[in-house]
Amino acid sequence: MKVKTPSKLEKILAAGHYAVTSEVGPPRGSDPENITKKAEMIKDYVDAINVTDNQTSVTRMCSLAACIRLKLMGLEPVLQMVTRDRNRIALQSDILGAASYDIHNILCLSGDHQSFGDCAQGQNVHDLDSMQLIQTVRHMRDEGKFLGGGDISRPPEMFVGAAANPFADPFEIRVPRLAKKVAAGVEFIQTQCIYNMEKFELWLKMAGDRGLLDNVYILAGVTPFKSAGMARYMKNRVPGIEVPDELVKRMADTPKEKQSEEGINICIEQIEHLKGVEGVHGFHVMAIEWEEMVPGIVERSGLYPRPIVD
Amino acid sequence: MIVADKKPIEEIIEEIKNHEKILILGCNECVTVCEAGGKKEVGVLASALRMYFLNQGKQVKIDEITLERQCDHEYLEEIRDRMDQYDAVVSLACGVGVQFMAEKYHSTPIYPGVNTCFLGVTEERGLWTERCQACGHCILASTGGICPVARCAKRILNGPCGGSTKGKCEIDKEIDCAWQLIIDRLKALDRLDEYEELCPLKDWSTDRAGGPRKVVREDVQQ
Ligand code: SF4
Ligand code: SF4
Repeated sequence: MKVKTPSKLEKILAAGHYAVTSEVGPPRGSDPENITKKAEMIKDYVDAINVTDNQTSVTRMCSLAACIRLKLMGLEPVLQMVTRDRNRIALQSDILGAASYDIHNILCLSGDHQSFGDCAQGQNVHDLDSMQLIQTVRHMRDEGKFLGGGDISRPPEMFVGAAANPFADPFEIRVPRLAKKVAAGVEFIQTQCIYNMEKFELWLKMAGDRGLLDNVYILAGVTPFKSAGMARYMKNRVPGIEVPDELVKRMADTPKEKQSEEGINICIEQIEHLKGVEGVHGFHVMAIEWEEMVPGIVERSGLYPRPIVD
Repeated sequence: MIVADKKPIEEIIEEIKNHEKILILGCNECVTVCEAGGKKEVGVLASALRMYFLNQGKQVKIDEITLERQCDHEYLEEIRDRMDQYDAVVSLACGVGVQFMAEKYHSTPIYPGVNTCFLGVTEERGLWTERCQACGHCILASTGGICPVARCAKRILNGPCGGSTKGKCEIDKEIDCAWQLIIDRLKALDRLDEYEELCPLKDWSTDRAGGPRKVVREDVQQ
């Protein structure tokens, strides 16, 4: 695929390397060190760092400001943007704000419902949905125009991403839904955490058969288990995540003090396995509040050092 | 229909506690069907209030009337000659009726006796659910006749979101995911291929966002 933006993430993918991304969540406060410390920990082991946008609808430092912090450190942020909290004026305006700092990656999401967070009594916006946000960024970038038709001076140059969950319901529209995002103009996908390899591979194969993978890069999401309890929780409680029984058993059969190590081992095995799967272009390593493990996972999976592109 | 729910009686008492001649005014349309503000509910509320004021040792006159509708001039006019008997009205009509009453009877306080909830249906007696948010530009033709504006918790026009689980919405296991319903329905109509058509950005200016709305029909105006 041809490179269309100055995004380092895009260049690495276009050069045929496995890309590695990870994410940091901004703090419930204004201390910039919270974000810069986490980023410092992982920066040499990933190509780009996602910054979540008020994840699970809990109010936090804004994603854009945290992305700017990363940018000022010379790093490559992926601005996550949900359609829950902003109308089309605010979305376009924040995109321009990000572009003014040369933030070159955006992940378009709808966001969890506000009832999960700390402002359950608040309104939600949803002027656009995530597909329409993808279209909006592409329109701003490719046409150099606002939604309202006016010209943008210095249009944003952003590599446009979205999430995909191969395991969400209903399964039959999982591939059509990806097709829809591709038609909307998405260029990279970071998937939900994958534990059920068979189902993930089936989804990829179906997507490949439809020719979708010629137009979009797929970064497979992985999340290490910290404990057997977490594996069980992910299996039973988190909608849209499928954890096979044998993984839960493997974690449960491991002595408690060795469980986190075993979780990391599983994660590395998953990456090794996924490297052999056609259509996987990279990895999105989500180790929430466990960022210190990311370097080890990347290194032991043979993904270190990270390639240099210009 | 417009679905309403009863207000707690404590709230109504708080509204009218300084009045002595009160009319409880029902409506024979939607609020009768959803059993919140029809003749029956007017009677029940009036009795409860009489009992309350009696216990308080207060002399309060409480009358009951139920009109055919409270959203039409002609029916509201029916009580014009009696309005001077009251120093307050509790309207059990929807918010539309309460306001139209207030516009017509400018100098009498009109209090709401119900919470107006949504545009919906009677699924079964005692269970009413939402179907429409009157967005002003109906898109049901492209969504298999199921409304994502009213029935998806995020108004997603290209759904479902990642939270849809076993046919239910991420916000509540009891609430159907609108997009699961849309997909099932498109399948039943043998039109699942239409799922892949991107729904364009919606013009919300016909929705609440555009400010107070009106429909003008010159062809039916005299
Ligand atoms: S699309 Fe608009 S008018 Fe049609 S049912 Fe939904 S909210 Fe009502
Ligand atoms: S689960 Fe379904 S109904 Fe609920 S917000 Fe997501 S798409 Fe809408």
